[in-house]
Amino acid sequence: MNNLEFSLLVGACSLVAGFLGALTGLGGGVVLVPLLTVLFHVDIRYAIGASLVSVIATSSGAAAAYVKEGFTNIRIGMFLEIATTLGALLGAYVALMVPTPAIAIIFGMMMLYSAYLSGRPQPIVPVDDHPDPLATRLRMNGTYPSLDGPRAYYVHRVPAGFGLMFGAGTLSGLLGIGSGAVKVLAMDQAMKIPFKVSTTTSNLMIGVTAAASAGVYMRRGYVDPALAMPVMLGVLIGSLVGTRVLARTRTRWLRLVFSVVIVLLGMEMLYKGIWGRI
Amino acid sequence: MARSEWTDRRVETIVGNLLRAGVIVSALVVLAGGAVFLIRHGFEPANYRVFRGEPSELKHIRGVLRGIAGLHGRAFIQLGLLLLIATPIARVALALFGFAEERDRMYVGFTAAVLVVLLYSLLGSA
Repeated sequence: MNNLEFSLLVGACSLVAGFLGALTGLGGGVVLVPLLTVLFHVDIRYAIGASLVSVIATSSGAAAAYVKEGFTNIRIGMFLEIATTLGALLGAYVALMVPTPAIAIIFGMMMLYSAYLSGRPQPIVPVDDHPDPLATRLRMNGTYPSLDGPRAYYVHRVPAGFGLMFGAGTLSGLLGIGSGAVKVLAMDQAMKIPFKVSTTTSNLMIGVTAAASAGVYMRRGYVDPALAMPVMLGVLIGSLVGTRVLARTRTRWLRLVFSVVIVLLGMEMLYKGIWGRI
Repeated sequence: MARSEWTDRRVETIVGNLLRAGVIVSALVVLAGGAVFLIRHGFEPANYRVFRGEPSELKHIRGVLRGIAGLHGRAFIQLGLLLLIATPIARVALALFGFAEERDRMYVGFTAAVLVVLLYSLLGSA
């Protein structure tokens, strides 16, 4: 395969991954790395480097729209970014030391876990109207727009959320993914932040988190421009189109199909990692 | 409180525009660099099976700038990717000004911490 064919094929696959990732809310990053390694036989380190930069592109592109809607809470985001960026830095340095089969195994497990998260019914978080003293001190409580005007919400369990965010950052830096699923889990479940505020704030944080490890990856020569070019452009265009289509589609079936793809690719990653064929 | 909320909204609008501009500009630079690369090397075989690590020309900002002077497509793509990485960093820097204007010293501190981690990652020595 020559460079032109390779770029076009990788670009097309990335476009589909970005499209489905945006449409299902599962993110494109989680299928990109296995796609590149399993289908195109790209070394997993190059694949992670390319995935990481495309994660920044999609996150920033989507965040630009969300921030203006007024759901994003910049204070919560900034405070938790201390945890995610430190985690991302740790993850990137761990990735430099860990042998590639181990990374493939962790990747496979992460994929199975995100498929499980997306498949189970959403647990209903009871609304808690008592302000939490620490969150109040940190000025995290806010309002979000609703049909009957701005609605106030209170943030809870800040230390638990901070800890989970550190973990999300580490996974992001280690695997080159946005790990939006873990971020939403931390904010939605642990900190009891309203869902729409959680998802949009998480999206804003993903770009900063990925930037914290992308610098390390680039300085270590893991970011190949010729590979990152079709991946980043494909995912970006795919996810922008996906976000537009999102409002008009029923995504239940699509989520199911995409989850099956994730499970299959995840098992392939586990298999390759365990037998050291990566 | 009203004043700080107003500043928050204003900062949010600027942040939204900054993010959009950063993504568009970096995508265009990557696209242009990709075109140059494919015109020059499109029919050479692609091989990413073996990890070799990038040459220092593509690892460091100074090397990338030198490559651009030589009109290397790959250096152009790398410049686009650097601009992309810089976009969220610029967003954090902007938030620092926003919080400083609100005289929110606690959040100026938090934001400065995030900025230090990001700059260390991009420019650090290791």
